[in-house]
Amino acid sequence: MTDFTQSYDAPRRNYSQLVLRWLLFSLLGLFALFYLMPLFVMVTTSLKSLEEIRTGSLVALPREVTFDAWRTAWSETCTGVKCEGLKPYFWNSVLMTVPAVFIATLLGAVNGYVIAQWRFKGANLIFSLMLFGCFIPFQVVLLPMARSLGILGLAGSIPGLIFVHVIYGIGFTTLFFRNYYVTIPSELTKAAKVDGAGFFRIFWSIFLPLSLPIVVVTVIWQFTNIWNDFLFGVSFSQAGTQPVTVALNNIVNSTTGVKEYNVDMAAAIIAALPTLLVYVVAGKYFIRGLTAGSVKG
Amino acid sequence: MTEWLERHVPKMVLAPSFVAVLIFVYGFIIWTGWVSLTRSKLMPKYEIKGFIQYDRLFASPRWDTAMDNLFIFGGLFIGISLILGLFLAILLDQKIRAEGALRTIYLYPMALSMIVTGTAWKWIMNPGLGIEATVRSWGFESFTFNWITDPNMAIYAVVIAAVWQASGFVMALFLAGLRSVDEEIIKAAQVDGIPTWRIYSAIIIPSMAPIFLSAFIVLAHLAIKSFDLVIALTGGGPGYATDLPATYMYAMAFSRGDIGQAASSAMVMMGVVFTIVVPYLYSELRAKHD
Amino acid sequence: MKKSVFAAAVVASLVASNVAKAEPQAEVLHWWTSGGEAKSVAVLQKEFADNGGTWTDMPVAGGGGDAAMTALRARVLSGNAPTAVQLKGPAIAEWYEEGVLADISDVAEAQGWADVLPASIAGHMKCEGTWCAAPVNVHRIDWIWANADILKANDIAMPNTWAEFNAAADKLMAAGVIPLAHGGQAWQDATVFEAVALGLGGADFFQKAFVDLDMDTLKSDQMVEVFDQMRKLRGYVDGNFSGRDWNLATAMVMNGEAAFQIMGDWAKGEFLAAGKVPGEDFLCVSTPGDGFLYSVDSFAMFNVDGDDKQNGQKLLAELIVGKSFQKVFNLNKGSIPARTDVALDEFDSCAHTSAADMAASNTGGSLLPSYAHGMALRGAQAGAITDVVTAHFNSDMSSAEAVQMLADAVANSL
Repeated sequence: MTDFTQSYDAPRRNYSQLVLRWLLFSLLGLFALFYLMPLFVMVTTSLKSLEEIRTGSLVALPREVTFDAWRTAWSETCTGVKCEGLKPYFWNSVLMTVPAVFIATLLGAVNGYVIAQWRFKGANLIFSLMLFGCFIPFQVVLLPMARSLGILGLAGSIPGLIFVHVIYGIGFTTLFFRNYYVTIPSELTKAAKVDGAGFFRIFWSIFLPLSLPIVVVTVIWQFTNIWNDFLFGVSFSQAGTQPVTVALNNIVNSTTGVKEYNVDMAAAIIAALPTLLVYVVAGKYFIRGLTAGSVKG
Repeated sequence: MTEWLERHVPKMVLAPSFVAVLIFVYGFIIWTGWVSLTRSKLMPKYEIKGFIQYDRLFASPRWDTAMDNLFIFGGLFIGISLILGLFLAILLDQKIRAEGALRTIYLYPMALSMIVTGTAWKWIMNPGLGIEATVRSWGFESFTFNWITDPNMAIYAVVIAAVWQASGFVMALFLAGLRSVDEEIIKAAQVDGIPTWRIYSAIIIPSMAPIFLSAFIVLAHLAIKSFDLVIALTGGGPGYATDLPATYMYAMAFSRGDIGQAASSAMVMMGVVFTIVVPYLYSELRAKHD
Repeated sequence: MKKSVFAAAVVASLVASNVAKAEPQAEVLHWWTSGGEAKSVAVLQKEFADNGGTWTDMPVAGGGGDAAMTALRARVLSGNAPTAVQLKGPAIAEWYEEGVLADISDVAEAQGWADVLPASIAGHMKCEGTWCAAPVNVHRIDWIWANADILKANDIAMPNTWAEFNAAADKLMAAGVIPLAHGGQAWQDATVFEAVALGLGGADFFQKAFVDLDMDTLKSDQMVEVFDQMRKLRGYVDGNFSGRDWNLATAMVMNGEAAFQIMGDWAKGEFLAAGKVPGEDFLCVSTPGDGFLYSVDSFAMFNVDGDDKQNGQKLLAELIVGKSFQKVFNLNKGSIPARTDVALDEFDSCAHTSAADMAASNTGGSLLPSYAHGMALRGAQAGAITDVVTAHFNSDMSSAEAVQMLADAVANSL
């Protein structure tokens, strides 16, 4: 276990340290292989022709690489009587995800700020109630929510989907922000109050500037969940508002049709590209997220 | 007036979210409880008929399997993900050169929808196609990895895929926590000659309690809601060996037109969640505020 | 359209303005989303458009319609029902009882549906005497598909009884060929199970057990025998069958890894897509025993407001049962037309067999609804039976235990 000292000391390069270093790398590499395995299967399958899949092994390198499946998945494959691929559904998902993430994050920030820094009697109970709300299985809320959306006049519309995702996102965003803000010394708020700053002023000029990291965490979490959601997407949409996961499901989940695994896999990767991109680009900030200099656990 | 406003602003800001949660979470739980007492079939009905749905539920062998699976799956999934996540985070925290790339590799599964990665895992774990076939083709003829086709082991195959998906996210949470620990304290401890494993176990890890809370909530929520994963990976099979309460409920409500039965299973499931999560939340929140 | 200002602002670009004209409109919820299925529906869409209608597509695939039914419930509860929905079997009557289905009797009577549809199929389209759904096709479930070369090489004839099948399978096992290609998913287990039940027990037994849910029949010795045969079949599948998609099982037959597969006639599409010829490369015959298990896809119309939508429903119903659509659709889909007066010249030999058998069993009284594909029973009961079938097939449960469990499960589901 002595290798751990390296993170805090200038490394003393001796033989046993080198061995440990190697061990560390091979361990990390092994795990990397484990995590990459399904992606490998998906990518190689998407590059094969259907003929090759039908006759050959599913888990093998392609004999001949073809990008046909990718083109088909993006703009040609049938998702119903329309054969325009995933392309038309992408925009629906964007229209739904971006506002839903924004609103849920904003609400979570304000809620977390109140619960962590403006404690009042019952604040903890309210927080617990909101947290427990995270656990309600979505299958349970489907039917009463459908009725509610009908009453609100939001049935089958993108605002309706946004509404649902915001409601069931609040619990998590509040959790994230509360756990972040609770580590900021309350003396900060007290001092600002003495200086005459109000509720919103303190939030705006003290807490928000400190929040970038946790905002990134929350946005990534929300974005992934909402973008990948299928159950709400399929239940609360109608023709013209279906998100990309519903289209993906339509491509992949044919019951009695001929299965085109290469197109399925290509479609899956395409549908996941925005989330993948978010993880790759924002991943750095994601880690810095809870790390931010001012936060001490 | 302004003073009153000033004093109540925090509550007023919190109010809309709280009201929304009251209606759309707790209101709906009450609704579900009501429906569970009816004989609703294709669509919800509101005429109360007593506890017959619960009698049916507890008479169903499939529900027993689903509940057993929830405990096996939930316990292993949460436990392994926490340990693996923490372990990977500690490894990655050793000033690794390729940290950025490795981190992304560990993290990306969360970005993918299980609708399709489930299929990939299904192939990988299928003895005739994936790992078993590959290792055997290397000459290890007796190598066996057929969990997914074995009714007694299939639930563990589901755990593998679930851990694959979520452990990277947990790793990220912990890595962030490790980075936020005050280096001064650690340096001081090192100067005092405290061994590294003690620094981790006595100083660093305990300081990450809020992160354990976040990670636990995230994982527990994923465990309870695991649905896409099971559907795509095993379809609940072999037989119904990998059925979970969420898949049972969905099957009853939407494929079988037995909404009353689905509602009763939902209530039992939420009761279980309540008895596990609430004490945990209580102790966590108390510790922080007393 | 009641929508909040916020809602209107965001969806304005997506929702075409609702000008009230009586041109036929239809939003169609279905789960035929890919490949040949999607092309088949596209035929209907085209005919609809040619007759001046506007078709709005609402496809939701998954779980053999489960996901679509989820969406349907949400839509109905929110007061926003689709115009037409792909529904089948007793589910039609269940929805009718909820009071949400529209009456299409005027179309049915004007078009004389009663004269062109087999009586048992027409029965599924009626709710309390009124016509409430339009049939599209007839799938036959009790097919057995075989690799012609393997049978020839092992000198095996297509089996006519389950005993013959077992003999053939033993021979194939000895020769190192997997006798039965099977995918271990609950619905596939159920598909095989009902074919075995019909073959061993006959039409009367099947009717009593899986349509009338007669307890004595469910607990009978005949049922024990059916489970015994299931246990035998379990020995004829390979070790990796769990969770396998049906089409991969079909591929095993195609590639010569396995000899037989028991599957509905959509399996033909896989063979044809791979360029195989019926009668030469692969054989299609009915599973051992007499009878014909059908699964009829159909569309039901939901109560909607507005002349345009109601006109759309009428037009749609008329087109669905129309001769030209029945022919083109079923050529694409692998099934046969629901109406009996469509010329089958362009269909392949499997479809001819299917049509001839359907006519014969219709007169012989052995034309029966498939329980495994949601034609015979309501969801709760069919699901309860399937739970037992799949639990038995995937464990070492004895047949006697399975029969007891079957009776209990059915009783508990009522």
